Amino acid sequence: MDVTMSLTVNGEKKTITTDPSRRLLDVLREDLQLTGTKYGCGQSQCGACTVLINGRAVHSCVTPVGSVNNTEVITVEGLARGDVLHPVQAAFLAEGAIQCGYCTPGMIMRAVALLDSDPNPSDSTIKAWMNANICRCNGYTKILNAVRRAARQNLEVTVP
Amino acid sequence: MTRESLIDDVFELEQDETQALWTHEFDLTRRTFLQVLGAGLLITVTQDMTQAQSGRTMPVIARLHLNTDGTVTVLTGKVEEGQGSRAELSQAAAEELRVSVGQVRLIMADTDLVPDDGITAGSRTTPYNVPPVRQAAATARELLTNLAARQWQVNAETLEVLNGKITHTATGKTLTYGDLAALDTTSEVFKGSIRSDVTLTPLGQWKTMGTSVPRPNSRDLVTGAHHYPSDQIRPGMLYGKVLRPPSYGATLEAIDLGAAQAMKDVFVLHEGQFVGFAAPTTFLATRALEAAAQTAQWKTVPQVSSRDLFSHLKKNKQTGGRSRPRTTGDVDKALSEASQVLNETYEVAYVQHTPMEPRAATAEWTDGKLTVWTGVDSPQRVQGDLAREFGVSNDKVRLIVPDMGGGFGGKHSGEAAEEAARLSKACARPVAVHWTREEEFTWAYFRPAAVIECRAGLDDTGSLTAWDFTSINPGSSGIDPPYGIANMSILSAGTDSPLRQGAYRCLAATANNFARESFIDELSVAAKADPLAFRLAHLNNPRIRTVLEAAARHFDWGNRRKKITRELGVGLACGTEKNSVVAACVEILIDRKTGQIRVVEVCEAFECGPIVNPDNLTSQIQGCICMGLGPALREAMVFEDGRILSNSFYTYQVPRFADIPKLDIHLVENRDIPSAGGGETPIIAIAPAIGNAVFAATGIRLRSMPLQSDKLKA
Repeated sequence: MDVTMSLTVNGEKKTITTDPSRRLLDVLREDLQLTGTKYGCGQSQCGACTVLINGRAVHSCVTPVGSVNNTEVITVEGLARGDVLHPVQAAFLAEGAIQCGYCTPGMIMRAVALLDSDPNPSDSTIKAWMNANICRCNGYTKILNAVRRAARQNLEVTVP
Repeated sequence: MTRESLIDDVFELEQDETQALWTHEFDLTRRTFLQVLGAGLLITVTQDMTQAQSGRTMPVIARLHLNTDGTVTVLTGKVEEGQGSRAELSQAAAEELRVSVGQVRLIMADTDLVPDDGITAGSRTTPYNVPPVRQAAATARELLTNLAARQWQVNAETLEVLNGKITHTATGKTLTYGDLAALDTTSEVFKGSIRSDVTLTPLGQWKTMGTSVPRPNSRDLVTGAHHYPSDQIRPGMLYGKVLRPPSYGATLEAIDLGAAQAMKDVFVLHEGQFVGFAAPTTFLATRALEAAAQTAQWKTVPQVSSRDLFSHLKKNKQTGGRSRPRTTGDVDKALSEASQVLNETYEVAYVQHTPMEPRAATAEWTDGKLTVWTGVDSPQRVQGDLAREFGVSNDKVRLIVPDMGGGFGGKHSGEAAEEAARLSKACARPVAVHWTREEEFTWAYFRPAAVIECRAGLDDTGSLTAWDFTSINPGSSGIDPPYGIANMSILSAGTDSPLRQGAYRCLAATANNFARESFIDELSVAAKADPLAFRLAHLNNPRIRTVLEAAARHFDWGNRRKKITRELGVGLACGTEKNSVVAACVEILIDRKTGQIRVVEVCEAFECGPIVNPDNLTSQIQGCICMGLGPALREAMVFEDGRILSNSFYTYQVPRFADIPKLDIHLVENRDIPSAGGGETPIIAIAPAIGNAVFAATGIRLRSMPLQSDKLKA
């Protein structure tokens, strides 16, 4: 039975009428054509589908769209401000932390959620937090360096 | 594809690796080029030119398109899946054209536009595809320079080319590539053949090659703007699902499709064993699939289970034909005269590639022509497969491979493309088929399992005198030892593979190196020699010697050996494959309560000739090391009577951030040989080095990958 939901996606108000048990991942990709969010496993195991819901990192592949009514969803497409990349996106580019890039949106969203709640995380916090996400090209070292770089920039901004 | 044909694929691939592949057939039409490339140098392909492509000559326009804005479009059949071919081939063209990488636009793997550069596999892009792209670019530069010289009536040798601008310094006259693109004469001369004897920029004068050029479209990867094969959306597109058997070899006897057919907006296709569903959403297509699957009746046939795998492989070992050993000297005699003989068997489990993007395709039929966007390594081969499947000529199939989400040798075949095309044809709408992770785990193919039987003899001075190596199932890559041994017998034997198997990063070399480098370690112990010294004493490959010495020096092998405890081990291994060489030293910690092995540090030295892109090479080495940790420590397909039980990231644990050791990577550059590929060989030394470190700490020799044993609990 379809229901009508309203949510904010990347700053835009959206009204969606659909089966509430559909995955948020599919609604983003199929209904809103926001394909930056990836399917990796469908079981909350790899993090490729990570989006922010009210600022928290959530696996959209196990999130029924009915549960996000009246929330604010941010996907990788919603991070940059015009031509200006989000600092985490810029850090991934600067560190060359991309191989095939398929895990990259999920990695970036996960890192953004971390740095929004803890601007200066310890190295062990970064590792433990990012461990939810899988990269098969195994660019883990450069991804860690990218998150460290973004965190370092936070430090430079906050400490005069 | 049948199971048998994929076994062949393993062997074919290895045979292919020795050949340059750019026999090609392509159909360039002016209309398609205008659509795809926009205005610029108009290309018309004449009958003569198409015929001129026999042999290895190719017209320049098959590779290069000059645009009036000064940019250059380069065409290649290679695919980008994270290994860095887009940057590397762009660098190759930019170098010889004397333009910046930013002026090069690479069109990859669109069968309507690009030449057939062969499958993207076997580390072949660097040795076999970079040179022809360089030759095309250098020929183009020469032709353009000659055009300018003719126009100015000066000697071409007096002209300089920089940043896509040709300058006659004496008069200050200039012409840009963009200016020349507008001339009719340019399109005429570009019909000329690419010269294989054209002078290429010498190594010492490289400006773009040899530098760390980032992947050209990397910005689109961090913003989500890039559309992977699974991101292709066409107007009116449906999402497809395909019914899978419950186990290998099962056949469908009956199914009730009534419930699925009754669902609004659901399209159902039942053709023999194929049952597919297409619907406006994945959700609806999945519901239809599930409703039908509940009613399906299957006939199953008994299948081999993973617990019986190795005995099955041994029992079905093939002899004769391809499976005849290559021999040097007299192994049996040498073994009978040896003062010590070792005889051990090693095993390697099946593993899955698990690229982050599972198989995906979007197919669309328009006026009898099929267009498919999909993630495969072999665009032209899959194009041909589809043409045969649907009874059309190759020119009625256009296959496009957008930069895809990983492959590692696991995407040579076009299953999703075939499924999407079949559903699309039947329902007359574009259809996308995206495999689930479980489908990828179950119905893609696997890296071959292996049983490897090793015998060797040592004389009373501790020198190797005999080597008898029989590798059952994985294939022959990396099978030859790099050690000087007078009497050898080497056999790559086929067998019956219970699972569908095919290529993987470095394929058989990982299994063969695991067995050989573990066995060499055992022999060094028998010879009472240091594992490093034992190898150096027998190595007859100077390039391996260089990287082995480099890795040992950076790791401080001698001193690290002194710190071995029953929990801490160090080990090393080396090898060669695909004309590159590698050596790795590792330090591991073993939790003797749980028996868990943790790799603390990997020091790896690698050499693949002149380095085309240092940052990308480093990424590939890091990737190989970390990917190699999986099959070394944990990854193994578990299956029972045809059912794959390792079918998720819960049941099949790939390496994660927490597993990553300290990496100490040393790029050794060898400028005396042509560049070789670097995306595979760095994986082969990891597993044996870890196994050797486990032995050093515990005295327990683990001979089966993954390296797990209750014996480590003590």
